[in-house]
Amino acid sequence: MVELKATRQGYGDAMLDIGKNKKIVALSADLTDSNKLGAFEKEYPERFFQCGVAEQNMVGMAAGLALSGKIPFVSTFAAFVPNRTLDQIRVDLCYNNANVKMGSTHAGITVGEDGATHQAMEDIAAMRSLPNMTVVVPCDYEEAKKAVKQAVIIKGPVYLRFGRNKIPVITGKTTPFHIGRAEVFKKGTDVTIIACGIMVNEALKASEELYSHGVNAELINCHTIKPIDKAKIIASAKKTGCVVTAEEHQKHGGLGSAVAEVIVKHHPVPMEFVAVNDKFGESGKPDELMKKYGLTSKDIVHAVNKVVKRK
Amino acid sequence: MAEVRILKRRANAIRKDIIKMISEAGSGHPAGALGMADIFAVLYFSVLNHKPKRPDWLDRDRLVLSNGHICAVRYAAMAHRGYFPVKELKTFRKLGSRLQGHPSYLDMPSLESSSGSLGHGLSIAVGMALAAKLDNKNYKVYCVVSDGELNEGSSWEAVNAANKWALDNLIVIVDRNYIQISGRTEHVWPLDPLDKKFESYDWNVLEVDGHDIHKLLSVFERANKVKGKPVVIIANTVPGKGVPFMENDYEWHGKPPSKQEAEFALLELEKNG
Repeated sequence: MVELKATRQGYGDAMLDIGKNKKIVALSADLTDSNKLGAFEKEYPERFFQCGVAEQNMVGMAAGLALSGKIPFVSTFAAFVPNRTLDQIRVDLCYNNANVKMGSTHAGITVGEDGATHQAMEDIAAMRSLPNMTVVVPCDYEEAKKAVKQAVIIKGPVYLRFGRNKIPVITGKTTPFHIGRAEVFKKGTDVTIIACGIMVNEALKASEELYSHGVNAELINCHTIKPIDKAKIIASAKKTGCVVTAEEHQKHGGLGSAVAEVIVKHHPVPMEFVAVNDKFGESGKPDELMKKYGLTSKDIVHAVNKVVKRK
Repeated sequence: MAEVRILKRRANAIRKDIIKMISEAGSGHPAGALGMADIFAVLYFSVLNHKPKRPDWLDRDRLVLSNGHICAVRYAAMAHRGYFPVKELKTFRKLGSRLQGHPSYLDMPSLESSSGSLGHGLSIAVGMALAAKLDNKNYKVYCVVSDGELNEGSSWEAVNAANKWALDNLIVIVDRNYIQISGRTEHVWPLDPLDKKFESYDWNVLEVDGHDIHKLLSVFERANKVKGKPVVIIANTVPGKGVPFMENDYEWHGKPPSKQEAEFALLELEKNG
């Protein structure tokens, strides 16, 4: 039986752990429990700052703390940081190269019933366009924990994107994870599937189904969208001759675009994109929404069948 | 008082450099920069506890310039105070210069932070003041903001934050010159009564003539003694101060003087020594 845990829980658990480092401070915009920072607040109250529903100030404050030697983690829903606070992130964090980490929860359409305003699906595109920014989308609880710990080592702003729901834990404590290095989760020869976040699990399911139909897919977990692992993408594209990307994000500007930038320049091959097609989401259950907006393993299988024919 | 006389001379020298820099660059923001010359002279030559040759000294007072567009005044004050050669002021706004059109922290870390987009600096200063509290450091965080940028809602988020954490190591100076780029502040986006607004957030509010060196010295002394609350000094200034044809005219917010106008402005400033 696969264990189910939310990536945001991985964030909270890792924060409690790294809180031993006195440079770490945490800030939340009235969403401490949702952001899973309650344990950190309890353990390190003097280094937790409740910033109210005032996200712009929170990001600026974090910059000031970072410029004074602290390592701040700011948290709220991804709809608000980064989306609401792009200007503060651009100037205060990126232009200063301030050592601030954004631990943003409730990203993507699987927020569910809250509806479109709360389903951030433009955040990856916005964040990866900023100089000095690192963008990481962990695929499960274990990876989320590792991402938080490694983000501390990076000197500069990092965007960590976490989801709301409990999802299968598909990696283990010893699964390799390095920010900036994509991991081949399954070797294959016929098509390369590159996924991040919750879509890694969908891609795993898809590759199993494809295998039963005689298509041997290579699956790459591309948790770091910036800086993207060019070498691994190019090597796999050379081997398989076609690529499908899968992400819980708008089609424009996210993982698919980042991969396409590499493919187009270094080894052009047919590509298909599994993502939300330039639409706002709506209220509904997460699995209903994934189905309606084309984010299931079936959608990946369909995209693979299309791309293989274009080889 | 000898100190007042010297600071007046410093301020006038800074004003001359502001005119030269903006004229040479062919762009920039003279009105606010000239209006804040006395305050920057007082800060850099008297108030700040800092070491120009050791800008990374951990115990230094921090100065965040939130309204980054008036950076010519800060660059000139810093050069005169020995942070970098005065001749570097000529590079202002030119390709490859550390003296960017709006402050760039990575180019010059002694600026403490980049700024330019309005309504950011106060939040950054709040973060710095909180860090000082966490580290039991005694340094002060000074933050210069313009009245125009108090249009930004984010400024008031920061005002509330400073109150929440009772940041008595934070001293904010509002450049109350009553102009912004499109006109008079009270016409564009009314702010008065500004003192009452800060008071309602439980700040300690001080008001001063931003061109009276003697009063500026004493208001900073008072501000430094306040305990338990953040302090705002509402500094009433004349935009374009020292150059009569620029004074109180919002048209000079973001317009460089022509070569002739600059020569005329320098002649006017020459009269002050």
